[in-house]
Amino acid sequence: MSDTVLEVKNIWKEFPGVIALKGINETFLKGEVHAIVGENGAGKSTLIKIISGVFSPNKGDIFLKGKKVRFGSPIDAKSHGIVTIFQELSVLPNLSVAENIFIGQEKTNLGFLSYGDLYKRTKEILEQLEIADISPSTITGTLSVAYQQLIEIGRAVATKADVIIMDEPTSSLTENEVKTLFKIIGKLKDNGVTVIYISHKLDEIFQIADRVTIMRDGEKVGIYNIDEVVEDRIIELMVGRKLENYYIKDSKPRNEVILQVKGFNGEKFRNVSFDLRKGEILGFSGLVGAGRTELMMSLFGFLPYDKGEIYLKGKKINIKSPLDAINYNIGLVPEDRKLQGLILIMTVRENITLPGLDRIKIAGFIKLAEEYRIAKQKVEELSIKTPSIEQKALNLSGGNQQKVVLAKWLNLRPEILILDEPTRGIDVGAKAEIYKLMNEMAKEGISIIMVSSELPEILAMSDRVAVMAEGELTAVLERDEVSEEKIMHYATPRSVLSKAS
Amino acid sequence: MKRIFQIKEIGILIILLVLMGFLGITTRSFLTSENLLTALLNISFIAIMAFGETMVIITAGIDLSVGSILGISSVVIALLLHDYHMAMVPAILSGLLMGTTMGLVNGFLITKLKLPPFIATMGMLSIGRGLAYVLTGGWPISPFPETFTNIGQGKLFGIPNPVLFMIVLAIIAHIFLKYTVLGRRIYAVGGNLNAARLSGVKVDKILILVYAIAGFLAGISGFLMTAWLGVGQANAGQGYELDVIAAAVIGGTSLMGGEGTILGTILGAAIMGILRNGLILLGVSSFWQQVAIGLVIIFAIAFDRLRGGLRK
Ligand SMILES: Nc1ncnc2c1ncn2[C@@H]1O[C@H](COP(=O)(O)OP(=O)(O)OP(=O)(O)O)[C@@H](O)[C@H]1O
Ligand SMILES: [Mg+2]
Repeated sequence: MSDTVLEVKNIWKEFPGVIALKGINETFLKGEVHAIVGENGAGKSTLIKIISGVFSPNKGDIFLKGKKVRFGSPIDAKSHGIVTIFQELSVLPNLSVAENIFIGQEKTNLGFLSYGDLYKRTKEILEQLEIADISPSTITGTLSVAYQQLIEIGRAVATKADVIIMDEPTSSLTENEVKTLFKIIGKLKDNGVTVIYISHKLDEIFQIADRVTIMRDGEKVGIYNIDEVVEDRIIELMVGRKLENYYIKDSKPRNEVILQVKGFNGEKFRNVSFDLRKGEILGFSGLVGAGRTELMMSLFGFLPYDKGEIYLKGKKINIKSPLDAINYNIGLVPEDRKLQGLILIMTVRENITLPGLDRIKIAGFIKLAEEYRIAKQKVEELSIKTPSIEQKALNLSGGNQQKVVLAKWLNLRPEILILDEPTRGIDVGAKAEIYKLMNEMAKEGISIIMVSSELPEILAMSDRVAVMAEGELTAVLERDEVSEEKIMHYATPRSVLSKAS
Repeated sequence: MKRIFQIKEIGILIILLVLMGFLGITTRSFLTSENLLTALLNISFIAIMAFGETMVIITAGIDLSVGSILGISSVVIALLLHDYHMAMVPAILSGLLMGTTMGLVNGFLITKLKLPPFIATMGMLSIGRGLAYVLTGGWPISPFPETFTNIGQGKLFGIPNPVLFMIVLAIIAHIFLKYTVLGRRIYAVGGNLNAARLSGVKVDKILILVYAIAGFLAGISGFLMTAWLGVGQANAGQGYELDVIAAAVIGGTSLMGGEGTILGTILGAAIMGILRNGLILLGVSSFWQQVAIGLVIIFAIAFDRLRGGLRK
């Protein structure tokens, strides 16, 4: 196993105000799955962006099969057999699935694309990904984020590569798709492909990795063979201290019903009715495409709804726009931070205060001192890693961007907070903080709807769990009766269940 | 980040100073206070409109109709003063109202009928100009009472009034964009429309507002130009939209939205104005002047695209 494919030596990278990498050394072996873990902002994405030619390092060298290389771009790296799936989706929404998978390597006949062949090969890839129900000609942008993520994985698989780098590939996938991905990774490994795998989900790492590198503050603080290390040790190295009480949940819902949704219908959901009690954490579980996000977006006034009633504290209300929702003291942390959560070219400060500007104004002017104070306070409270509150959101690491989105809404102190995948891309330490925060908010009487594809957090944090399948609410389970099996049962589409029986 | 913005504006300032230095050396008349004031005066009509255009472009829109709005506002004021002997203040206000209304129509076409800004304002460009000709029959309108022309032709401390208007409006526009809730929301809409909406920003309202402001400021330019020239003409401001957009873009306003400042736009307008002025002083034929200006615009927008490409 001493076949080194890729080696990085003494890599340094500095951004204005931050040293993201401080002399990283690492070797990657042929046919291994090499995990990299670390807190948000530890420098994981920066490292792989340097390997794949997005950034050039301030110092240090990269060796591919013993030869010193430096790539000018990801395309350059790809032509040398290093393919990267970046943390940020990079599928082209206006192109078809086939075009996205084979972009840059379409076979041409006299300059014309040969679609027959392209579609045939795309079908093969989609079958591997176990999403053969999608047609190769589907426009990628019409698919859900999870499918787009799978397409992105397909693109990497379709390339003859020696090294495939995956930066948080499972952050928007649910269990089934993750299983498929792991099968694919297994096959890649058998074919001698090296997979560099970044994830915040440590259980995944224990399932598929051969070795794990732990990073902290731009440095490598450990490397282990996976069977020679335990989860707690990894966390301790990542966070720099022992982490206790990962899930804290001792809030109890009050009796008072704060929100009632009756017979709610929209494009992607039908006849949904449920109650939310004061101080309750109501989990929403389901498979990708079950309609949870669309339901929340309609409740929040972002998407239209056809039929149905919403009662707030017994009074019928009409929410026609997000502003209406905000005025009723409802907040929503959307699923996709880059497309919906943040204004990337604005600063951390401007992002945090955007929904609450009306509360810090005087005669139409923003009270700047107040604004700075709020931004600083939230950055501190959520330990958002940024050189200053004047940094553009664009330049933050993925997890820290997510925290900025949370900060926006926490600042408003809503009565009802809808969280759509709140811990997506967030490191273990920060996750624990968010759970703690949710628990505290619930105790204060804030009601929380948490849409999540991570069963462990649904099970640990919810007072009740609503399960959706194919746009319908199939069950609302009480805390003492909920289990993984039950959730999976109700989340599985009826059509599949009836086929099975 | 502030530092980079400053650097960006300093870059424009340096280009401007180099241009001025070059003209100062190569022509004798450029660095005279008389010539500089003339240049400033010419710049002021463009710059005032460019403040509105900057706001429109920050929302990732475009307003092609500002030149026509200048024209129709000018004609409305001139007709009311000359043909209807209306008092000065109501006449001016009517002209500004005309401009604002045209802007509102742009805003409604874009938000309610969902027309692309380019198409909506191109239509209004034609409609505005056409109406101006209809109202005047193509004839210039003059003379006006002296109290009116004095506003355009007068000076305070040796500085022409239109220049003073430009300075005051620049300060107001700058403060508006930088320090008010509405200003912040204008940037938010251009930065990411969906995120802005999810943050409770009434996107349509903001869009209508910026087009109305652009129309209003074009109206002010129309009023000042009429008072300065002492004549109202249907073709006033024809083709100005190009200079106005160029001023904003040269000044660092990104056509992709979300970025731009009033300070940058003033510098952009100054570069455009000084360039025209210099080309005249250098004796470049007016035909070649157009070629040169065109090159500058292309260069500036290409530069914006390059910057946009670097931005993910
Ligand atoms: N383009 C950039 N400009 C400035 N700073 C940057 C840029 N990209 C990353 N950084 C900073 O470098 C540090 C490392 O970021 P990186 O994205 O590598 O973290 P990460 O380990 O991938 O975190 P996450 O788990 O949140 O994705 C962070 O402090 C981040 O703010
Ligand atoms: Mg990352």
